[in-house]
Amino acid sequence: MSAEIIIDIILSLSVLLLACLTLSARQVFTAIVLYVSLGLLVTIIWVRLNAWDVAIAEAAIGAGLTGALLLVAWRRLSNEAAAKFESSNDVY
Amino acid sequence: MFISLEFQQQNTNEKELSRVTCWLLGAIITALSIALTIALLVTDKAVPGLADLAAKNLDISGVENPVTAVLLNFRSYDTLLEIAVLLIVAVAILPTQSSTTTQFLSVDDKIIISPVLVGLLKWLVPLAILVGGYLLWTGAYSPGGAFQAGAVVAGAGVALSLAGRHDFLWQTTKARVALNLGLLVFLLVAAANAIVTGTSLQYPVEHAGWLILVVEIAATLSIAAILLLLFVRLKKIAERSEQEINQ
Repeated sequence: MSAEIIIDIILSLSVLLLACLTLSARQVFTAIVLYVSLGLLVTIIWVRLNAWDVAIAEAAIGAGLTGALLLVAWRRLSNEAAAKFESSNDVY
Repeated sequence: MFISLEFQQQNTNEKELSRVTCWLLGAIITALSIALTIALLVTDKAVPGLADLAAKNLDISGVENPVTAVLLNFRSYDTLLEIAVLLIVAVAILPTQSSTTTQFLSVDDKIIISPVLVGLLKWLVPLAILVGGYLLWTGAYSPGGAFQAGAVVAGAGVALSLAGRHDFLWQTTKARVALNLGLLVFLLVAAANAIVTGTSLQYPVEHAGWLILVVEIAATLSIAAILLLLFVRLKKIAERSEQEINQ
């Protein structure tokens, strides 16, 4: 086996592993961080497939901006959860 | 993500039901994936793809990068609709209240931020805009293009917004122009083409190069503005809910 095939196999296995971890993560924040890492790995795979255009787009939009958007949404969600927790404490 | 949070809250009350639902969902998804895989294996391999056709006609596209040629010439209708979809997203998230100020980018010097951050931004923001411009220009003959350039420029705005001193006002005319420019220029070029050549998105060979560049510059501006709008609005909403909690 040549070195390139070994790299490809490692890449595809780690993408599958990361995808499973992302889906099964208990906390939203962990899931977001794993998702961004998944995007970066997919970027490397696009490079391996010689699709540089898609690789740049994946790195900039898939890993970068989507990650930022998800993190901001997570901030909002954790605020809501905190507010709910407080109000439920008031009742009891 | 939203669903998973709801699930966690439900879990405390009805643990049994949600677990059954999970297994059921898992079974359905697995069955669908297996069916898709079988369908893929059964289907005959496609006749020689469109890649050869695109490569053969690269000369009449006006650009040297086959990806840009496909995106902005051979199948530009797709790209036109993509930009329209992005604009619809922007309209959905635009702030509704009107504003009297006319300045798009406002700076609040009273907010104290780390001098290291100021120094970093001074280099990072112009660099990101420069890289965006480079990606846009290089898209004609090597990897790059409007979407990538727009995302990098939007990244500069995200950095500014996260630092906390700068605020973007989306009610201003400048912002509205930036959001709409991509689609407007694309439609204008299509209309002009329809009048001159008879087909709306078929560029005349001798003018294809600069027409694509004009469309791409406008599209880059709009894509950057829309992506930035998404981030800034979500951040505002999060901050507002934080203030409500603190009060």
